[in-house]
Amino acid sequence: MTVLYVLTFAMLGAAGLLCVLRMLRGSSFPDRAVALDTLLVVVVCGIAVDAARTGDGSYLDVLVVAALLGFTGTALVARFIERRGAR
Amino acid sequence: MELLSGILMFVGAALALIAGIGLQRFDDMFARMHAATKPATLGLALVLGGAALQVPDAGNVAKLLLVIMLQFVTAPIGSHLIGRAAHRAGTELGPVEVDELADVPLEKKAPRR
Repeated sequence: MTVLYVLTFAMLGAAGLLCVLRMLRGSSFPDRAVALDTLLVVVVCGIAVDAARTGDGSYLDVLVVAALLGFTGTALVARFIERRGAR
Repeated sequence: MELLSGILMFVGAALALIAGIGLQRFDDMFARMHAATKPATLGLALVLGGAALQVPDAGNVAKLLLVIMLQFVTAPIGSHLIGRAAHRAGTELGPVEVDELADVPLEKKAPRR
């Protein structure tokens, strides 16, 4: 079981790292927005796995807030791009 | 039960990793978006479903299911908004055969609000 958790956390960490790398390299504004969105999904997954590992559900409220704020942020960035262009 | 939830979370995390690799390897913004939206729904549902088998309280399970539901409703909308905005703002497409939206006229001016 521990091996499975270690592997899961390792894969999530690698995925987060790749998202951050794409955010830094970018090339366009929507690119960074997509990478940020994916990074948020990875963070939500990480918190959920940790809650399952420890059997402690006190961080699960964070997930609801993160999911809602992620959507709001994406919608906001899309509005901004429509106004200002994708640079 | 414990093993099942571990395997579910493992598969979900693998999907997240595939999305991360896709974000690096694909070479235009829309292809990267295609790779990034897979774990946003299926991967998250797998991981949170696996976690829901493990957490102790029924209220916690309800929170996890709420997050899955929210994500299933909002992820397509967010992707659609970003893709539309990017295409209108003139983000370059990769090697596509047909761009069916190329000659769709823009509205006179993007609505200001």
